Amino acid sequence: MTKVTMTVNGKSVSGEVEGRTLLSTFVRENLGLTGTHVGCDTGQCGACTLHVNGKSVKSCNMFALEADGAEVATIESMAAADGTLNTIQQAFQDHHGLQCGFCTPGMVMTAASLLEENPKPTEQEIRTYLSGNICRCTGYHNIVKAIMAASGQDVSAVAAE
Amino acid sequence: MPADGGIGAPTKRREDLRFLKGTGRYTDDLNRPGQAYVFFLRSNVAHGRINGIDTGAAAGMPGVVRIFTGADFEGVGGMPCGWQVTDKHGEPMQEPGHPILAQGKVRHVGDPIAAVVADTLDQARDAAEAIEVDIEDLPAVIDMKKAIEDGAPKVHDDLSSNLCYDWGFVEENKVAVEQAFKDAAHVTTLELVNNRLVANPMEPRVAIGDYDQAGDNSTLYTTSQNPHVIRLLMGAFVLGIPEHKLRVVAPDVGGGFGTKIFHYAEEAFCTFAAKALNRPVKWTSSRSEAFMSDAHGRDHVTKIELALDGDNNFTALRTETYANMGAYLSTFAPSVPTWLHGTLMAGNYKTPLIYVNVKAVFTNTVPVDAYRGAGRPEATYQLERVIDKAARELGVDPIALRRQNFVTEFPYATPVAVEYDTGDYVATMDKLEEMIDLAGFDKRAEESKKRGKLRGVGVNCYIEACGIAPSHLVGQLGARAGLYESATVRVNATGGLVVMTGSHSHGQGHETSFPQVVAEMIGIDASMVEIVHGDTANTPMGMGTYGSRSLAVGGSAMVRATEKIIAKAKKIAAHLLEAAEGDIELKDGQFSVAGTDKSVAWGDVTLAAYVPHNYPLEDIEPGLEETAFYDPNNFTYPAGAYACEVEVDPETGKVTIESFAAADDFGNVVNPMIVEGQVHGGLAQGIGQALLEGCVYDEDGQLLTGSYMDYAMPRAGDVPSFAVDHSCQTPCTHNPLGVKGCGEAGAIGSPPAVVNAVVDALQRAGKDVTHIDMPLSPSRVWAAMNQ
Amino acid sequence: MYAFELERPTSLADAVNALKSEEAQALGGGQTLIPTLKQRLAMPETLVSLTAIDELKGIRREGDTLIIGGATCHADVAAEGSYPALSDLAGLIGDPHVRNRGTIGGSLANNDPSACYPAAALASGATIVTNEREIAADDYFVGLFETALNEGEIITAVKMPIPQAAAYVKFEQPASRFALVGVFVVKTANGVRVAVTGASEGGVFRWSEAESALSSNFAADALEGLKVPSDGMIGDIHGSPEYRAHLVGVLTKRAVTKAG
Repeated sequence: MTKVTMTVNGKSVSGEVEGRTLLSTFVRENLGLTGTHVGCDTGQCGACTLHVNGKSVKSCNMFALEADGAEVATIESMAAADGTLNTIQQAFQDHHGLQCGFCTPGMVMTAASLLEENPKPTEQEIRTYLSGNICRCTGYHNIVKAIMAASGQDVSAVAAE
Repeated sequence: MPADGGIGAPTKRREDLRFLKGTGRYTDDLNRPGQAYVFFLRSNVAHGRINGIDTGAAAGMPGVVRIFTGADFEGVGGMPCGWQVTDKHGEPMQEPGHPILAQGKVRHVGDPIAAVVADTLDQARDAAEAIEVDIEDLPAVIDMKKAIEDGAPKVHDDLSSNLCYDWGFVEENKVAVEQAFKDAAHVTTLELVNNRLVANPMEPRVAIGDYDQAGDNSTLYTTSQNPHVIRLLMGAFVLGIPEHKLRVVAPDVGGGFGTKIFHYAEEAFCTFAAKALNRPVKWTSSRSEAFMSDAHGRDHVTKIELALDGDNNFTALRTETYANMGAYLSTFAPSVPTWLHGTLMAGNYKTPLIYVNVKAVFTNTVPVDAYRGAGRPEATYQLERVIDKAARELGVDPIALRRQNFVTEFPYATPVAVEYDTGDYVATMDKLEEMIDLAGFDKRAEESKKRGKLRGVGVNCYIEACGIAPSHLVGQLGARAGLYESATVRVNATGGLVVMTGSHSHGQGHETSFPQVVAEMIGIDASMVEIVHGDTANTPMGMGTYGSRSLAVGGSAMVRATEKIIAKAKKIAAHLLEAAEGDIELKDGQFSVAGTDKSVAWGDVTLAAYVPHNYPLEDIEPGLEETAFYDPNNFTYPAGAYACEVEVDPETGKVTIESFAAADDFGNVVNPMIVEGQVHGGLAQGIGQALLEGCVYDEDGQLLTGSYMDYAMPRAGDVPSFAVDHSCQTPCTHNPLGVKGCGEAGAIGSPPAVVNAVVDALQRAGKDVTHIDMPLSPSRVWAAMNQ
Repeated sequence: MYAFELERPTSLADAVNALKSEEAQALGGGQTLIPTLKQRLAMPETLVSLTAIDELKGIRREGDTLIIGGATCHADVAAEGSYPALSDLAGLIGDPHVRNRGTIGGSLANNDPSACYPAAALASGATIVTNEREIAADDYFVGLFETALNEGEIITAVKMPIPQAAAYVKFEQPASRFALVGVFVVKTANGVRVAVTGASEGGVFRWSEAESALSSNFAADALEGLKVPSDGMIGDIHGSPEYRAHLVGVLTKRAVTKAG
């Protein structure tokens, strides 16, 4: 076991891990932050997406030790301390951008990265950016709409209902 | 309407708050004190005889608690099948045993051979590798038609063959159907495959068994769509635990789509092992494991023939289907190709004579069972494809041919044993045509051509039987369970309500939509109503969520219980108001005496029920809590018309969906936002089936699509934004809400529209392509164009 | 995963030392290796992560050559832009999250037959720089998952000559989003190079007939009638050898048109 230390959601944390301990496992099991989900084992589904040093990564495709010294942000950091949803989260609720909720943390973290890189993405840019996040419930329609709304754009640009 | 949303309001979902903040509680988020972990050693061959299992070395490895094999389950019940189909000779289907861990033979890649319980999952997996299994390879049967040839290797040695049943429906119509084909002016024939799919809810399955020795109580936490059904099946048929000693909890569940209906061996194992070891045992499926252990869907091979008279009226329909059961009968598998498929073959059309033959076949593959739509997509696909082919052969407009043959009078008794209560197929087709601008198609096709693309449009209709219930009907058809639903409505002294329902929500938004109904009935804010579900300890008996039945059946039970609450509350109000019970009216949460200004508020009545100081104790019990069981007298019949426009890249065969429109009739709608979301998701799954998804085995039974590296899941870039409409509403006539269900429609109705559109594009380009089997991958489309 | 030790050296020298032990293996971004480890298809005793070594990261331009550190992630290459076709290719790998972790050195060392970078390296006539030597791309790609790298040898940088014109066209395998076929076309003063990934059982290859035709006439029309044989092409559930061979022709034309 090796000691790993990192900042997670603004707090310094450390723990004893094996070389093979994934960052997703560390976050879920050691820290109890179960909002980060694991939906596959080939790095495809994106349910485990979180931010490391400000960049979105798949935490099931990275070892905990590789995040030693890093700044990590998980879905649990997105809402305000009083529980108020942030703009993206609120848009997901407003536009029904989630159903079972399992892929949702990864979607929200990905949307946050997208809007940081590209504050006014087109529908096509959103769809392309979501290529690493699979949702089985929504058909993506309302996720795209929510992200567009979160970016302050007119959602009627997303096809009529 | 209640200020925060009653029936018909697009109320935002309250459950979203926890999901968006990462505070949902899914089964894998739960950990029991002192829990051990299980890893299942699974077969890597499709068919083999187990000559020996040596666990000696493995048992001594670090952290190993105990290793179980099939021998540990001698005398324990196997996995039960909940539906018995009777074949065309009146004989029951062949029903093989299905042990929790393999006994004697392995029958598919993924069949569990041994279960290693250890302190950590890594230790369990390390030890599993040290188990020495002596397996003698046997020839595998994968192709259904070969599987039922004489002399084919048998999946189950104790059965007479690999044929589970040979079902004829309606057998009495067979001769008349044959005659109709002889008399037909035109017959269109189509052979097609309904591709095997893997449901792939994003949350893999998880089971945690827990045992309380002091009270001899077992608890199973599991990713289930119907915890009560698991309790009944596992308790009564597998482990022999009476229901009062067994609690099943399905907390937040990350999608189901059918594959989490069934009772699985891993659930029984964890429950059994927790008691045997007196220690909680947790199993978390990996996605790779899910591909070889979750029940698959579809997998039909069909020949369908449509007979038409000289005026293009449908006169008869005949189908012959091979339905893959996989290696064992999953919980509801036999019902899918029969009663959920044959009964839908009339579709939206008044075809007078129909004969359906289904041969269900065992193969060395993962068991196949219900997946979103279950039988109805298979029926819709073949019917709507053969109609499209007929239209092309006859040179008539596919929409006109459909319209000409629509059922227009209701109720309508089909020749395949069901009666449609309401519908308006003309209205949904009219709405669809309004949505899609067919007149502008040629111009769009011209623009596509300029970019080197072929454009096509495909249209189809669908009907489904859902609100899966009528116990009296399904019992006659072989179901070994009733299919009612129940609800308990508990009103608290201060006026808030808790509805405990047997329906389970795993994405459908019941926690929001169910309160909208109760709030509307009473005239209070929906925020005063809380939904409790997913725990057999906290809810009355329930049959769960599948077959688009939650609101139609579960919601109706809730309405009935709420009606009882209102009736009792009115009695209390009458007493408080010193009026006759019959004069009491309830509106906006106020009980008033008709024709007077005397009234008492909902909260005063509920308080009186629990603080019965001035209370007619001789007439009414204190308290305000009611339970209702609701068992409808028919299925519901949502229907609709769908259209898809595609572009095909003739150089690569790649199909792009340019637009997709859905006009549905779901009857009344409680929360239109949620309904639209359900349709969107169904459409993506149907488009996934049509273009991307296909579960493939090689001839030795190795799974070639064992991960997302090879099984193509629809992603955001694969689907368009959808145009959906549910304004055509013919309310269901036999449930109190007039609702029909919307969960499966999109998945049922969309595959034929996509395939019809691609065939249309190719034919417009002069290609002699009449059919391509799904998924219409680029390579398949290219091959079809260049055959 | 089997148990292993994970080391995170911060200098190349330490990494080279750490990789001297017999069962040690280098870990780039891990986007392919970690899933492989999960399936227990690899059994290293030590994994030596290269992503904490600053000297292996970054992109700089020297004249008409782009020098990319071996541990530079795809996202950084995608954003750099001075070799537009290369940035375009990097931006098409996997998805945003994969591009934030996966590295050019990791991709080239793994040499997956469906990976994108090998096509760029081979078509560009890149030089693979290691801690031991410099290897020309033409000598580097040996076969399926096989390269000229020795045990313990680390890709420290990739030198990409920036051509007159270039383009990459990728046709995705629908599930994995790797290249079912990808074609990278490069035009330089010395002629045209065409590298194809995804198609061949032998891994990335140069399509010499197309190169000759395009060297005399850099236009899609020049490829008319040219075909790669389907013998030796990959056949699987996503496409037959014939389909892949056909796509090579289609995508090469498109790449030429795109390169302009």
